[in-house]
Parts: sequence; C-alpha cells; structure tokens
Amino acid sequence: MNDTTTQKLTLFNFWVAFGAFGLACFFGLYQVLERSGMFSFIQSPAVYFASVSTHGVLMAFVLTTFFIMGFGYYTATDSLKQPIWNPKLAWAGYGVCLFGVVLAAVPLLLGKASVLYTFYPPIQANAFFYIGATLLVVGSWIWAVIMIVMLQQWKQAHPGETVPLPMFATAANAFLWLWTSAGVAMEAVFQLLPWSLGLMDTIDVGLARTLFAWTLHPIVYFWLIPAYIALYSYVPQAAGGKLFSDELARLAFLLILVFGLPIGFHHLYMDPEQNHGWKLLHMVGTFAVAIPTLLTGFTVIASLEMAGRQRGGQGLFGWIGALPWKNPMVLAAILSLLMLVLGGFGGIVNASYAMNAMVHNTAWVPGHFHLIFAGTVVTLYFALAYQLWPRLCGRKLISEELVLVQLWSWFIGMGIMTTPWHVLGLLGQPRRISAVHYNSVLTLAWDPYELLMVIGGFVLLVSACLFVYLLYKTQTEGVGLESQSGDEGMNLQPVRPLPAWLNDFGLWNRVIGVLMALSYGVPILQFFFLKTYSPTAWGY
Amino acid sequence: MNSNSLMSTISSWINRFETELQVDKLERKWLRVALGMVVLFVGSILLTAIVSGVHPPSHVETIDSASLHLGGEFAEDKLGVQAEALADGTLLVKLVAGRYGFYPREIEIPAGRKIKFRIASMDVLHGAHIPMTNMSTMIVPGYVAEVTTVFPKPGEYPMLCNEYCGMGHDHMWSKVTVTTPEDWRAPAEEIRHE
Ligand code: HEM
Ligand SMILES: [Cu+2]
Ligand SMILES: [Cu+2]
Repeated sequence: MNDTTTQKLTLFNFWVAFGAFGLACFFGLYQVLERSGMFSFIQSPAVYFASVSTHGVLMAFVLTTFFIMGFGYYTATDSLKQPIWNPKLAWAGYGVCLFGVVLAAVPLLLGKASVLYTFYPPIQANAFFYIGATLLVVGSWIWAVIMIVMLQQWKQAHPGETVPLPMFATAANAFLWLWTSAGVAMEAVFQLLPWSLGLMDTIDVGLARTLFAWTLHPIVYFWLIPAYIALYSYVPQAAGGKLFSDELARLAFLLILVFGLPIGFHHLYMDPEQNHGWKLLHMVGTFAVAIPTLLTGFTVIASLEMAGRQRGGQGLFGWIGALPWKNPMVLAAILSLLMLVLGGFGGIVNASYAMNAMVHNTAWVPGHFHLIFAGTVVTLYFALAYQLWPRLCGRKLISEELVLVQLWSWFIGMGIMTTPWHVLGLLGQPRRISAVHYNSVLTLAWDPYELLMVIGGFVLLVSACLFVYLLYKTQTEGVGLESQSGDEGMNLQPVRPLPAWLNDFGLWNRVIGVLMALSYGVPILQFFFLKTYSPTAWGY
Repeated sequence: MNSNSLMSTISSWINRFETELQVDKLERKWLRVALGMVVLFVGSILLTAIVSGVHPPSHVETIDSASLHLGGEFAEDKLGVQAEALADGTLLVKLVAGRYGFYPREIEIPAGRKIKFRIASMDVLHGAHIPMTNMSTMIVPGYVAEVTTVFPKPGEYPMLCNEYCGMGHDHMWSKVTVTTPEDWRAPAEEIRHE
C-alpha cells in the first residue's frame, strides 16, 4: 500500500533529512580545511567549534531522526498493507521535530551553542539549544508510538501470523529508541533545561555524563537498523536471490535491541566517576552485541553468494564478479559491507577496555565513526532513497549512471578521509581541535596526513551534492512511471508461524528493564549518595 | 554445578534453540565461530583486568573544583612531581587542569618507573593524553582523575588536552620530559612557579 498520505509524509521527512545532510557536508568541508592549518585566513576557533557543533547535530540528530521516521512510515504501510494510524498525529510529530530543529539551529549558527552535539556540561549553551533538542526527541516519540500501534493493529487483524520482517525490525527500532532516548531525556529535563534556564546554579557533571552515555551507545543502533533493513529486505532481491534466513535476521534485531542498550559505559572507560567493575560489565555486553552484526554480515554475504551463483558465478570467488554491480542497492551493500568490516575492526579496538586509552578522543574516533556511520549507514540510506524515490514521486531516476558514480565517489572519499584520521589518531592527534601547531617535534609527523584528509573532504562534498541533485531532479523532471507497481523490491516472503518470543516484544522489554536496572541502577544512584560538588556554568 | 554439567546444559540450550529456529548447518558453524571470537576477546580482557589488574582510570573520588586553590592537596605550592615517593616506589605527580593548561606547565619524570598522576579540573571538562603512550584520562570537574603508568622511552612529550573545553582548547598542552633513570633527580622541596 502506498497511499498519498504516506508518500507525502515520507517525502517531507526525507527532505528535512537530506537537506540537513547536504548543508552539513559544507560545514564538513570547512572543517577539514580549517583543521588542516593550510589556509591561515579561514582559521578561527570560534567559527570552527560553532561549525563542528552544527555539523554534529545536523548529521547525528537531524539526518538520522527524520530519515528513520520517514522510512518507518513507508515501511509500516508497505509491509503491513494498512494505512498510517492517525496521520494527523504523525504530522504533529513532524512539526514538533522541525520546530525543535529550527529552535536549536538559531543559537548553533550564531555561535551561542558551541557545546558540540554531545552537550557535555558544565560549558553551557543558550537555553533554546537544549529546548530545541528536547523537542526533536519528543516529536520522534510520537513516531515511535505510531509504529507500535500499527504493529498491534496488524497483529489483532492477523492472529497467529508472523509479522513481516521489515516491520518487525522497524518496531524493534521504535522500542529501542524509546529506551535509548530516556537517558538523554532525563539529562535534559532534570539537569540541562533547569540549569540553562537559571532555575539551578550547578550541575553534577558525573551524573550528566552517565545519563548521556546511556543514550550514546544504543543511538548508533537506532541509526543502523534502517541500514540493516535494507541489507535484509532489499539487497537479496536486488541481487536476484533471496534472504538466506529470515529467522536469524529476526534474532539479530532482537539481540541488537537487548544487548545494544545496557552497554553505554564503553564511552566512559576513561572517566573518573564510575568504578571499573561497572565498566567491565558494560565491556562484556559491548562485545556480545558484536554477535548480531557478525550474524548480519554472514547472512547478507550468504544471500549475495546464492544470488551470484544463480547468475552463473563459479568457484570460490567467481560469484562476486557475477553479482549485478550496477544495481545501486547491490553496489551500496557491497561497499557498505567493506566499510563495516574495516570499521568493525576499529570498533573492537575502541571497545577493548584498556587499549581504548591509546585512541580515546583522538582523531581515530572521528575516523572510526565517519567510516561506519557516514560510510556504512549513510551509504545504505542513499540506496534506500534511490530505491524509494521512484515510488514516492512516481518518476524514474534521472540517471542510473550518475547514481553509481555517486555511490562510488562517496566510498572513495570516505576511504581517503578516514584512513589518515586513523593514522593521526595513533600518532596522538586529539579530535575536536581546530588548526593548531603544538610546539613539539612529535606533532610534525601529522602534517602529510592532513592533506589527504582535505582531498577526501572535497570528494565527499561533490558526492553529497550529486546525491541531493539526483533526488531533486528526479522529483521535478524525472520521466513518469507508467504504473505504480506493488512491492517489488521489498522482501516479504511468507514465513512459517514463529514462537511468540520471535514475534513479539513483551518479553524482551521486560528483559531490557532488568538489564538496564542492573547496569545503570547503582551507577546512577551513587550520585545521590556520594558527596558530590557540582560546578557552576561556564561560557566558552 | 560443576563445569562439565554447566557446559552440557549450555550446549543443550543452544541445540534446542537451533532446532526451534531451524538454523542451517553453515549458520551453526558461523554462530560458533562468532561466539568463539567474542569469548576470546572478552576472556583476554577479563584475564588482564582481573589477574594483572589492568584497568582504565576509574577512581571514584569527589573534590570541590571551585576551591582547589584555597588549600588541600591541589593548592598551587603542592603541585608537580612530589618529593616523596609512595611506599612502593611509585612517583606521585599532582596536576591541575584549567583553561588552558595543565599546571605546572613542565614536569620531569624518570623512564621505567611507575608514575601515578592525580589530576583535578578547576573549571570544565578536560582530557589528558600523552601521544603514543597509554597515559590518558578524562578530567571531570568535581572528581579526581587518577592514572598510573610507566614510560619506557625517555624523550620530550607533549601532554595534550583531548576533550573540548572552550575556545582555547587547541592551545592546551604542557611539556613532559621523560629522562633516563640516571639523569633524573628528585625535585627539591621548593615552591614551583608555573
Ligand atoms: C563531506 C563529508 C564530511 C566531511 C568533510 C566531514 C568532516 C568532519 C570533520 C572535519 C569533523 C570534525 C572532527 C574533529 O574536529 O574532531 C567532523 C565531525 C563529525 N562528523 Fe563529519 N564529515 C562529513 C560527513 C559526515 C557524515 C555523513 C556524518 C554522519 C552521518 C558525519 C558525522 C559527524 C559527527 C557526528 C561529527 C562529530 C562532531 C563532534 O565531534 O562533536 N560527518 N566531520
Ligand atoms: Cu558506543
Ligand atoms: Cu582542556
């Protein structure tokens, strides 16, 4: 089902997402140029930190949240074959989110909220920044509720039947988001908002960091799940095969939901306010959550291999060449899996409890997350946009070739930009610094890598502009499609009835409740028993 | 329950789960490889942590950042490399992190000897990292950061701030000179000027 309400809602959400993305890429280019120290006339810490704060917020919060909401509405109606529950409410959610973004954007662009997308008090931003960010989260809760209601409606209408995989994953993401955002919501409501409005003089930074860490890890799964939906539900079909195992896919989503949540302390390994016992506990969970990703890699590669062999590929690697590399969805899957492997390796270093000290807060970290987030995740967002655009606008993509050029150039640009960042990180360059020359010989070794980083940034910006251009031109000038075809593309093979624990979230929400209480209960309560001294607000 | 029966309970659970899910043969193998890898990583980390005591800085100790200068161990005249080593020979170094520097701005310490840093922030968040070494910690206002390490190689190192702390963050560093153990002299009891 692809009614006009859904089309419109999805397109409106997507345009905010991709508009934010395109804009933020210009900030990104400015940042690599400024950071390189090669152009003294653009150097300014004030502009740099306003820029990084804006870039981070646009990419991590605006692009992702709006893309996920739009994709969720589309997936729910398309896979459940039922209209959106309460479209007025959905539009209200959209409005609240957008209003929040505008409210936060003003202080960001004026340099009144250069506190980075991670907030990190006691440096204080203008109150409108925190209010805007909170509204963005609140609006997205409306989306999550709509997803969950639609799942329940479908289940009531189809007792005993198995929820289609794409919707199962989308509902998992809605639950994941409600749990995930609770951490930062508590930080906002009990700490940041009253403090920035002057109702409270001081702020317990240890507590604030603990609550933010609650959100900071699972949020990456919130961003990742749509990408995994693409891998499971679109890629096998696009490659000319079928999904290797529908049930293991469900298991992977459940494992992400359950283990992705109680592990935020790997962001606090280097922090003094939590004891190492808790950090060790979260470390174990951090590695456990690698399992669903390893499963996903296997299932998707196996599906691709089956498709490649069906297309006549032979031998150990022949099937790879036989894949339809010119299909955007397949190409995106291959490129993003490559980046996932490299980024996953880096992630294991980050997660390693003691080894983390070598890379913590160095340029390695933006290298890592640009590779896996701006690389793997965003490449699959691109592919989903190319997949859905014709069906949302009723027009053919204006150019198949340019789509491939865009995907390849993004991959190449990411490679050129993130490789030197990893090296720079190992050489000790901190993240989040503007151009700087420390007067130390050690830091002279950084220079050659900065040039590569700039080249990578240019390639990426061109690719990003091409992406937005292709979508815009398709929507305005694309050749009309004759008929609105059904659900070609989305994997909706019938599945046998599954045990309730694989078809429902009730049990899993209870498991998460227990795990969260175990892993965050004492670490949060300790701040009410410790004699803490909270600092006052600081400017920058 | 002994470890044998524990293992067999676990494997019968895995079997039940795999039949209920109709897991493919190849997938079973991969699931085991994946589990094996995770157990190996977690196991080696737990081993170094629990047996050899390798932990990241996790010293839960609070302090009033606003009154560091008024006295106590982080008063200006108490900072730097401490004249008296700890009982086990570890050298103690006390630093204050504040916009935009680590005070005192220069310290000299010997290679090959355990150094314990105690660092407090007098304002906002900072991070301390000495590149190419594992001396790294966050410095959170209200808490004392404590990290112990050994520098194997003599040389001049920068200590960089690696958490955004304001417009001068780029310029927040100090100098750490690691000397050979022979060249190193314990600091005299003198008032240090930064
Ligand atoms: C044209 C492409 C891009 C360029 C040139 C670029 C460049 C940069 C640079 C130079 C930084 C600052 C690093 C630092 O000072 O530590 C940064 C930070 C960041 N970027 Fe990008 N980026 C690009 C695309 C993306 C994309 C597509 C995403 C995610 C979807 C993304 C997410 C982020 C985030 C979350 C930060 C962190 C900000 C912070 O540390 O507070 N970037 N980027
Ligand atoms: Cu994380
Ligand atoms: Cu600093």
